[in-house]
Amino acid sequence: MASPSYKDSFVNGIWKENPVFVQVLGMCPALAITNSVENAIAMSCAVMFVLVTSNALVSILRKWVPKEVRIAVFILIIATFVTVTDYAVKAISVPIYKAMGPFIALIVVNCIILSRAEAFSSKNNVLKSILDGLGMGIGFSIALLCMGGVREILGSGSFLGHPLFGANYEPWVIFVLPSGGFFTLGAWLFIFAWWRERGARNKKPEGHQA
Amino acid sequence: MSATAAHTVPHAHKPTSSLYMIVLLGAVSTVCGLIIVVADMVTAETIRNNLAQITREAVGEVLPGSTELVKYVADLEAGTITPLAEVTGGATNLFACFGTDESGQRRFLGCVSKAAGKGYAGTIEALYAYSPDAQTITGFKVLESKETPGLGDKIILDNDFNANFTNLDVALNGDMTALANPIVTVKHGKKTDPWQIDAISGATVSSKAVGALLDASAERMIPLIHQHLEELRKGGA
Amino acid sequence: MSSEPLSVDILTSPHVKRPMSTNAIMRNVAVALAPVALFSIFAFGLSALLLLSVATISCVLTEWAVCRLSGKPNTVGDYSAAVTGLLLGLTLPPSFPLWMVAVGGAISIGLGKALFGGLGYNTFNPALVGRAFLQAAFPVAVTTWTPPFVQGRFLACIPSTLAFPFLKPTPVAEYIAAANIDAFTGATPLNLEGVTRLADPLDLFMGMTSGSTGETCAVLILLCGGYLLVRNMLDWRIPAGVLGSVFALSGVLHLINADTYPGPLFMVFSGGLMLGAIFMATDMVTSPTTALGVWIFSILIGVITVVIRLKGSLPEGVMYAILLANAVTPLIETWTQPRVFGTTKKASSTS
Repeated sequence: MASPSYKDSFVNGIWKENPVFVQVLGMCPALAITNSVENAIAMSCAVMFVLVTSNALVSILRKWVPKEVRIAVFILIIATFVTVTDYAVKAISVPIYKAMGPFIALIVVNCIILSRAEAFSSKNNVLKSILDGLGMGIGFSIALLCMGGVREILGSGSFLGHPLFGANYEPWVIFVLPSGGFFTLGAWLFIFAWWRERGARNKKPEGHQA
Repeated sequence: MSATAAHTVPHAHKPTSSLYMIVLLGAVSTVCGLIIVVADMVTAETIRNNLAQITREAVGEVLPGSTELVKYVADLEAGTITPLAEVTGGATNLFACFGTDESGQRRFLGCVSKAAGKGYAGTIEALYAYSPDAQTITGFKVLESKETPGLGDKIILDNDFNANFTNLDVALNGDMTALANPIVTVKHGKKTDPWQIDAISGATVSSKAVGALLDASAERMIPLIHQHLEELRKGGA
Repeated sequence: MSSEPLSVDILTSPHVKRPMSTNAIMRNVAVALAPVALFSIFAFGLSALLLLSVATISCVLTEWAVCRLSGKPNTVGDYSAAVTGLLLGLTLPPSFPLWMVAVGGAISIGLGKALFGGLGYNTFNPALVGRAFLQAAFPVAVTTWTPPFVQGRFLACIPSTLAFPFLKPTPVAEYIAAANIDAFTGATPLNLEGVTRLADPLDLFMGMTSGSTGETCAVLILLCGGYLLVRNMLDWRIPAGVLGSVFALSGVLHLINADTYPGPLFMVFSGGLMLGAIFMATDMVTSPTTALGVWIFSILIGVITVVIRLKGSLPEGVMYAILLANAVTPLIETWTQPRVFGTTKKASSTS
């Protein structure tokens, strides 16, 4: 497999290999921390920071790390940056920290980050790894915003805390509850799968003509 | 892709030596440890201030006018109250609150206690203010709860419900060991006595949970406060 | 249909009998539900009529739309969607806003049935899936009760019924006050306080209480169940197991501590237990087929119902009990498969 170009390193994660909607990784924060747009943004920032920094450090160390202990090293690096994130969020805003509960610490076991370390940054140079981390992080953020947007608009009738429909709107409480997370994720995955399938079906005839 | 080649091919032939792996892991751990230490040094001060600020704001809401808090750890089982500074690993659950009167004199306002109990969904954590002079609960605020949005979470937002706690009677019995009348939650609109909490219509379970957690805490905390009242009034100053 | 106990009829081949069609079964269920629906309209008036109509229509429309979108043959004609809608309507409070009813109908069919592959493939009872969604989505509206037999109920709706879509329903406090019933407390007899201060079982039996649209009159539900039983379209073991286990368990608890636990008659006749045991737990798609499996299934429902009612914070547990039992049905089926004739017991299968 040839090394991807700089542009691909960045762009792939945003759409084509979107970590949530295409790879279906990192479900835990995508389900748990998306009951409001604000939480979704905070979670996206935290994950993006950990992705970029751990990708960078893994890439720097890639030539010295033998494959026997690579997972241990990756986890050590990821856990370090998660701890840093944990402190940083607490320093920035305690209410946000409380809203995110245990899920900052759980970024350690987020498959997106370990999979990028294993599949990308341990094989590519630092710049590409950072671009990859950014692209994946943006892709993750888009997914979380899609989830958080739907859940906050339906579940609280507001967007980023601003009421959208006036005081008389009846909120669909279920979308703020955990079960609403599953419904929303299912609906988004459904839309993406349907759209991709349509795209594939439309492409085929062209291929035959050519 | 030279990097990959350099990385994988040699190891396929001979395994890496244990010593190299130990040294490498040690080195990586050291680097990571350093990063965490630096992060902690940078943020520790801000975090401490943030947490203190949150506590101050919450206590200020329950007991308006309090500018100075003295923290205590009350052990409800053992029946002791110790200043936070003298306990290791204890969590503050009692504040002696002080404000200033017109002449700028430091004045004891009352106590704020932390209480927790099981709600409809998960634990409800709350603060309540107690005035030893009036023997009433004068303020109440839910710190954390997972009650159903739109229904159970009215215990936080409902003004009528919060009005229950502006003057809730918690007078002690004759020998100062327990409340004369336990705090009970009654159905919406059925409140007849000053020690009763008028439930929110449609959120009875959460309202009852609030009553139960207040009663459980007050039954023991308030006699304890009275035993140590002199000490609390001085506030360690 | 239910597995009949082994009979001694000896016939020569061929043994093929014409099976009852889905259409015929569902039509009979609908007929059996009709008196229950009519009583609820009599008790709660125009609002109940609109509620049941909207529930049925929204289910049928969703079924039709799903069939069109997925390019499958239209299955509206088999009455199953209509029955789902009717059942959904009967489990909702009479004051429930119509736009929420329509949401529930769409969820019942779309999420509860179509996503699983249509009738026969759904793991959960579709009507209860819709009801569970509504319970989680609109907890206030789903627990707002109004009294039955209000004056002028056939001329005007309960104010919350006609709430504009996506907007909060009008409060019903005034309506309840205007109904002028002193003893009425704004909750079903099952609501937690009511459990200790018992409602009269006879009132519950005759349907003289508030509650969900179709669950108030126990005697009528029993009669309609009897009709289905006679037509051989109902497995008698399921209601027997559910009601029997609820009666037995709550009876034992009541004997241990009569102050905390209500009597068994109250438990059996209150809330949605009767409706659930006779019309929902017996759904053929989501209940086991073996005789032993059916007993396990129905006793499980009874026990979970009692546990949720007495130990949980929810006022009603029948819905979740049935859904949970639906979830373990495939497992029960596997455990209780009878030995295929001619094979030996398990021991040999491992050798």
